[in-house]
This record gives sequence, structure tokens and C-alpha cells, in this order.
Amino acid sequence: MIRFLLKGLFRDRQRSLLPVIVVVTGVLLTVLMQTMMTGILGDLIDFNAKFSTGHVKVVTKAYAERMDQTPNDLALSKVAQLKEKLQTEFPSMEWVPRIRFGGLIDAPDSIGETRSQGPAIGWGIDFLSAGSKEAERMNIPKSMVSGHLPKKAGEVLLSNQFAEKLKVVPGDQITLFGSTMNGGMTVYNFKVAGTVIFGSGVLDRGAFIADISDVGQALDMPDAASEILGYFKNNRYDKIQAADAVKKFMSAMNTADPYAPVMISLRDQNNLGEMVDYEDLVSVMIISIFVMAMSLVLWNAGLLGGLRRYGEVGVRLAVGESKGHVYRSLIWESILIGSIGSVIGSVIGLLLSLWIGKNGINVSGFMKNASMMMPSVYRTVITSPAFYIGFIPGLFATVIGTALAGIGIYKRNTAQLFKELE
Amino acid sequence: MESNKTVITIRNLVKTFPMGNREFTALNGINLSFAKGEFSGLVGPSGSGKTTLLNIIGTLDSPTEGEAIVLGDSVGELSQKKAANLRNMKIGFVFQTFNLLPVYSTFENVEFPLLLQKMSAANRKKSVMDALDWVGLTDKAKSRPAQMSGGECQRVAIARAIVKKPEIVLADEPTANLDAENSHNILKTMEKLNQSLGTTFLFATHDEKVIGYLKRIIKLVDGKVASDEIFAKK
Ligand SMILES: Nc1ncnc2c1ncn2[C@@H]1O[C@H](COP(=O)(O)OP(=O)(O)OP(=O)(O)O)[C@@H](O)[C@H]1O
Ligand SMILES: [Mg+2]
Repeated sequence: MIRFLLKGLFRDRQRSLLPVIVVVTGVLLTVLMQTMMTGILGDLIDFNAKFSTGHVKVVTKAYAERMDQTPNDLALSKVAQLKEKLQTEFPSMEWVPRIRFGGLIDAPDSIGETRSQGPAIGWGIDFLSAGSKEAERMNIPKSMVSGHLPKKAGEVLLSNQFAEKLKVVPGDQITLFGSTMNGGMTVYNFKVAGTVIFGSGVLDRGAFIADISDVGQALDMPDAASEILGYFKNNRYDKIQAADAVKKFMSAMNTADPYAPVMISLRDQNNLGEMVDYEDLVSVMIISIFVMAMSLVLWNAGLLGGLRRYGEVGVRLAVGESKGHVYRSLIWESILIGSIGSVIGSVIGLLLSLWIGKNGINVSGFMKNASMMMPSVYRTVITSPAFYIGFIPGLFATVIGTALAGIGIYKRNTAQLFKELE
Repeated sequence: MESNKTVITIRNLVKTFPMGNREFTALNGINLSFAKGEFSGLVGPSGSGKTTLLNIIGTLDSPTEGEAIVLGDSVGELSQKKAANLRNMKIGFVFQTFNLLPVYSTFENVEFPLLLQKMSAANRKKSVMDALDWVGLTDKAKSRPAQMSGGECQRVAIARAIVKKPEIVLADEPTANLDAENSHNILKTMEKLNQSLGTTFLFATHDEKVIGYLKRIIKLVDGKVASDEIFAKK
């Protein structure tokens, strides 16, 4: 009997191939959407962590209150000592000071007159000391499009777009106009070492990245830094550990002093908390949306298939099959179809995710004007839910759809089923 | 050879269908009985209730009032499962549209009722081939319905109806989609079955060719029996 039913199922493409294709498509989309969302959110968090927030960040209390203005007059001082303290207290993290600043870049012509100028978003990071991972952390070596990394004092990287706007190439001289830690004016010359493309709107418009000691000198910030960023050694943000670190650090702090350092975790910066929490919600949301959509689609497909099959069902009943037997065989069919479709859909979805995870999808075309710190190459990330998430809409929706459609068989009386085929 | 055992008894049978907010009476006070081995037919104008009566006798539908006792069971009181079992074991259907399952071969279509009976594979094969032999289609065992003529399809349907050696075969306009030659062919086959196995046949038909073979003709008009004639020998 089972063989007989299977034969019928596989010979009738409308009953097997078509629903399998529907299920495969839905499952594949579910898996892709899940890995995509996980990837995008993960990247977004990661990107922010690397360029801006760290996994935790230490700044002065006063700086924290106006962090988006990078108020370097409120910067941390005695940085070497503070860094050492952090390193001994939190050995599982790596601590890196950075200077963030804004300024005006001026490109002079051969006689020293202004040729072009533009506003810069500046970074002073540790390029030059041995063993520094800062350049890698910001993915600079891979983002280089011309020139080389700063190898000695006085060298700077510009975002490629910025360099083109200023009409400068590696080797050219540029001048930074900025303000010192004490509120004075400063003018400092750099040599362009290379240009980079980060693939993020904000960064690509006006990034200026030099070694922290140069920037410290330019802005008159000896042994000072805007912030000290802490990174977990496995490079993954762990919200619980981060919260623990903050708690430990803050309990020992004198909070009355506006220049006292405070520690802030990633989730409390740039509204990333919502993102971090959202990451957990994504799976639930995607599953619900797809289960609903697919149930509707498959229910309709089941209804149509059911209607189409009233004739067959009528014959089977006339020949002496019971309604229960017919109904159960329809359910078994749908379990089979749902499972096959879910497996195939999940495999294809995972393979596609693997490929997109490796190669990425460039969406920079859509994000020219984005001001958020967003990477413009999307990558999928496969986490364990990706392996089973597709089965929920794939299997459950198929079976539920068939179960609902099949109720028609019970509701109609047998003679009626017959009429409908004539 | 023919016993006089009654296989179908119909008493005061009324069947109504809901039509909008009124009721439509398709069968109105039918009283009939059929003995084992009869070769009889329901005739009458379209809409007179022939199919409705056959469906009730075949347990595909149930009476609104009165009763239809088929092989000792009252149709209206059978559970869905028992009715299915009765159809499977003892009643064969032949329809106007042949109603074969298109994805299955001739052999598989005929085999299906036996699968439901959980008959062993060896017995199934023998029974199916016997039934195909009866209708002269042993060489088409592997063909699909789409590859066969209407007459051949109807012979497959007859083979499916008789493969389980039913007590009763109900045939609703079995010749309506067939030409004269094929009609006579299948009617002769059914007559032969009736004579050699004592199977009770009940037709519903307009077809003069069919009427020519019948030994008893029951005329229905407006859901009532208008006449009931028995022909001793034709
Ligand atoms: N399920 C149903 N619902 C409503 N009315 C029905 C239903 N089945 C049959 N009828 C009506 O009952 C009457 C008898 O129908 P039936 O099919 O038994 O006629 P028939 O004698 O077989 O006609 P024909 O010779 O055209 O096949 C018809 O008027 C038909 O419209
Ligand atoms: Mg009819």
C-alpha cells in the first residue's frame, strides 16, 4: 500500500515536484534571510566595535557625556599608566588608546597656496609600535587601494574618496588644521602614505588616519588619548562579560571627579543595545513571518491540490478506502514532501549562505548617502539556527496546510466528491 | 443456480437535498428489492434520481428517510469505516467517466482494491490477471489510462469492479462514453460475469443498447418508481 501511494506520488509531478519546489523556495529564503540578518547585524556590531565603540570603552566621565563631539579638551591623561592598570585588571582583553578628532585638511600647491581643502574625521591609532593589531583590526591592510601603511612618523592614510576630492596622491604633503587639547589652534604637516576604501559611507567620505603619537603631537596631547578601547581576545562581543567588566571597573571609581575614567560597554553606545538584543529576536521574527506566509501559500496550494484530487479521492473512497485512511495518507505525503523540501531547501540555503559569507554582496550602490556606520558589503553568517530554522516553515507549514485542506474531504459527503469530478 | 436470496431491500426511501433554503426531493418513497444474481436497471428521464439511488445502495450516500438494506446492513446506520469496508469487500462500481487513477497502470488500477484488502502479492497478481483476462486486456496490463481507448478504459474499470469478486456491481451509465461496438462488448462481459459468478448487477442508464440486455427494468420518474417489469428471457 505504501509503495503504491509512493508510486502515485512520484509519478504525479503536480503532487510531488511542484510542492517540493514551493517548499524548497520558502525554506531557502528562510535560511538565507536568517544567515543574512545574522551576518548584517553581526557585521554592524563588529564594525562599530572595531571603528568606534570597542567591546568596552574607557573615557573620562565628562567626555562620555558629549562623546559624539569628540571633545578632546576632556580627554584621558596619564594614558600609559591607565592602560597598564586596565591590562593587569582585565587580562582577558586587549586595551588600545585612540585619539578621535575633527579637523580641516588643506592640500597646498607647489608654492604653498591652498589648492583644495575639506573636513576630516580623524583617527590616531597605534600603527608604529611592534605587535600592534590596530591596522588589522580596522581591516586597513585589505582596504588599501594605493600607497602603503604608515611606516614612520608623519605619515597618514586618507580615504580614497577624500584623497580624490583633495586631488592628492601618496607622497603628497597635506596640512591638518585642528584644535589642541587646551583649546588652541594647531597646524601640522603630514605626508600621504596611502589611500583606503572601507566600504562605509561615513568613513569613505573623509577618513584621516595617522599614528597616535603623531596625532598626539599635532594636537598637543602627550600621554593623552580620547579613549581606551577594550577588545575581547577572541574578537567577539560578549554582552555578559562586558557588563561584568564595566561593573568591576566602575565599583572602584570615584564618580565625583569629572575627569575620572569611566567604562562603557558596546551596548550602551551608538544605540547598539537594540541591535544586540535584536540579534536574538531575528530568528524568532523570521520564523514567524515565514511560517505564516508559507502556511498561507501551502494551504492554498494544498487546497488547490485537494480540489484537483477530489476525483482521485472519490475513486479511492468508492473502491473502499476509508476517509480516515485517505486523510492519513495525504498527511504522510505532506510530511514526506515537507521533509524532502526542507532538507533540499536548507542545503541549498546553507550553500548559498556559505558562498555569500565568503564573497559578500556589495550594496554600496544603495547606501551612498548613509550616515550610519554601516559596512556596505553584506556577508551571511551561519549560526546553528540556520540548520533547523528552515524546517519550521518547510515541514510544519506543509503539514498544517495539508491538514487544513484535507478537512474538506471530511466535510464533504462522499457522493459529493464524486459529483465534483464530473 | 440462481438463489432467491435478497441482497438489496429498499423501504420507503426518501432522499432530499438542501437547495438554498428549501429542500429538493430527489427520491420520494422508493420500495424495491433485488435478489442475488439479478441483472436489472434503473431507467428514466434525466434528474429522475437514478444516480442518487445507486449512490445510496453503494453506501456513498445515505437515506434521508426510510432504509436501504444492502447485504444485511442498513446503509444509513453504517459507520463511515464499515461502509468503506462493505464497498471494498462486496460492492463494485462502474461509472460513466471511467474514473481510473491516471498515474497508475492498468494492472495497478485493478490491483488497488486488493491492496486495501491486504491480499498477498501472489494472490493479487493472480486475481488481477484473471480479471484482466475476463475483460480481454491482459496485453494492456502495463498501459496507463491515457494510452488507452475509452472502451479499454471502461473494461479496466469493470476489471477493477469485479477483481474482488463482489456480490453487487453498480454501473452508472457505463456505456455513455462508448461507441456501439464497445458498448456491446462490455455488456456481454458483464452478462457473462452475471451468469457464471452469480454477481448481482444494477445499472442506471438511458442507453437502449443497455436496456436490451436487462432482465428487469425499473422506471423512475420524479423520484418515484413508475414501473417495474421483469423479462423472463430475451
Ligand atoms: N448533491 C446534490 N445536491 C442537490 N441536488 C442534487 C444532488 N445530487 C442530485 N441532486 C438532484 O437530484 C435529482 C436527481 O439527480 P440524479 O443525479 O439522481 O439524476 P439521474 O436520474 O441520475 O439523472 P441523469 O440521467 O441526468 O444522470 C436531480 O434533480 C439533481 O439535480
Ligand atoms: Mg445519473
